[in-house]
Parts: sequence; structure tokens; C-alpha cells
Amino acid sequence: MFLCVETTRSYSMEKSYMVTDSEGGYRSMESNRRKRKKMESGSQKVKRGGRWRTEAEQQIYSAKLVEAITKVRRSSAPAAAVHRGRAVREAADRVLAAAGKGRTRWSRAIMTSRVGLRLRKRRKVTVTGNNRLRKPAVSKQEPPLKRRVRVLGRLVPGCRKLSFPNLLEEATDYIAALEMQVRAMTALAELLAGTGASSSNLQPPSC
Amino acid sequence: MSSRRSRSRQPGVSRISDDQIADLVSKLQQLIPEIRNRRSDKQVSASKVLQETCNYIRNLHREVDDLSDRLSALLASTDTDSDQAAIIRSLLM
Repeated sequence: MFLCVETTRSYSMEKSYMVTDSEGGYRSMESNRRKRKKMESGSQKVKRGGRWRTEAEQQIYSAKLVEAITKVRRSSAPAAAVHRGRAVREAADRVLAAAGKGRTRWSRAIMTSRVGLRLRKRRKVTVTGNNRLRKPAVSKQEPPLKRRVRVLGRLVPGCRKLSFPNLLEEATDYIAALEMQVRAMTALAELLAGTGASSSNLQPPSC
Repeated sequence: MSSRRSRSRQPGVSRISDDQIADLVSKLQQLIPEIRNRRSDKQVSASKVLQETCNYIRNLHREVDDLSDRLSALLASTDTDSDQAAIIRSLLM
């Protein structure tokens, strides 16, 4: 219930964000952006994507990530390293999307696609634009700028049919979130490597 | 660029102006370290910004994949639960 309310609120904000008539329209977009910042106050900095750069956010993510990954390890232990790595990647993406609190389209897309995967269990589809086989027939005929925008829409999950400003907005947040994900996972890997080496096992460090 | 079709679901959306696009592209430009670190005074074309953005996202994805593999291997080696508790404690401090 609460999540539904959040979604509609952000959706209506997106609506007013997109309306442009003249310079007045541009100004209203700015004021909407300011309004959105006021609503998302608290830990968010002035710069967009700033919420992903706070220390607190990264620590919260790291803790949840550890939880999720240990669950992965305990539940089904697939023998192949590839599958384990993929499971870890999906868990990390899931936790990242959950940290977004459903405010962005990409985070909602990740969260809903995971549920679909579990229910259907068809071929393994990654959320990101790895479906390179689905290239459109015309590749060189459209202007390169449009083509690049399309590629970008494929890379950010759930943003294929988004308009240009919204796509850039999502991409901005997505990039900041990915950077935090990399930072957190790197720190975690170094921590684990250090712990593994200094613990009582005789195993060599796996770096 | 001003003749861009917006395939959004909201009805009655007017055309997106070039100024708006340029503004958004410059905002995106600041995020990409490739562009931010070198030649930040020169104006980079929108096409280049988009290209670098795509490359950057792909790089980040690859990094996350590599880290996932590394983490899964590391987790396989650390078996005890006490390690996990110690990690979480040290993370939250």
C-alpha cells in the first residue's frame, strides 16, 4: 500500500516534469525539481545522485548485501562458479534496487523482473542490455545520436521506451547507484580477502 | 533534434527543446569521469557524451560482474558464520 502511494507520487511528479510550453515551462520544471528535492530531504545532497554517495547509504547497502549473499551461499549451492557469480550479481542488483525505494524506474524494473524470473524460470535473461541479438534491422540509417540514445535506453533497465529527458534522469541515478555498488562490493571483497587470510584456516588469500 | 518523437505515455506532451536537451546532456557529462577529467573546458558533443555514458555503464556492469564472481569465490572459502558476523560488525562501525 505504502509503496503504491510512493509510486503514484513520483509518477505524477514525472508528468509535471515533462511539460514544457515556453520558458515558463522550463522554469516550472526547475521548481518541480526543487519540490522533489524538498520531499526527498534528509540524506540527499544538493547534487542529484548525491544520495548514493553518502557513507551511510553505502554501509546500509553493504550490510544488506552481505545478508543477501550469505543467503545465496546457503540456499542452493550450485557447483559451477559461473552460476554462483551470477547469483551474487543478481542479489547485489536486487539489494541495490531495493535501496532505491522504488523512486526510479530502473529500480522498479529490476525488482519486478526478478519476481518474473522466479515464477517463470525460463531462459536466463539478464536485466541489463545484454540482449545484443535483438539489434534492430536498420542500424546505420538512423542518425547516430538517436542510435546512441536507444543503446542507452537498453543499458538502463526498464528504460527502453522512455523519453529523452527522463532517460537521462534515470541514467544519472543509475550511474551513481552503480558506482556505489562497485565501491561497496570492492570494499567487501577486500574485507573478505583480508579476513580469509588472517583467519585460522590455512587457505591462501584468493586474490 | 527538436523533431524527436516522445513515446511517453502521458498525453499532450509538447516537443522537447534543444536547450533542455543540451542542459541535460551537460549534466550527464559531469558524471562521466572520462569526460570530466580531461578537457573539461571544451564543449563535448552530445553524441560523444552519450557514447561515453554507454561505455561507462557497460564498464560498471562488467566490474560488478567481476566483483560478483570474486565475492562468490571468497564466500565459498570462508565457511564459518562468525566471519560473517565480524564482517558485518566492522562494516557498520
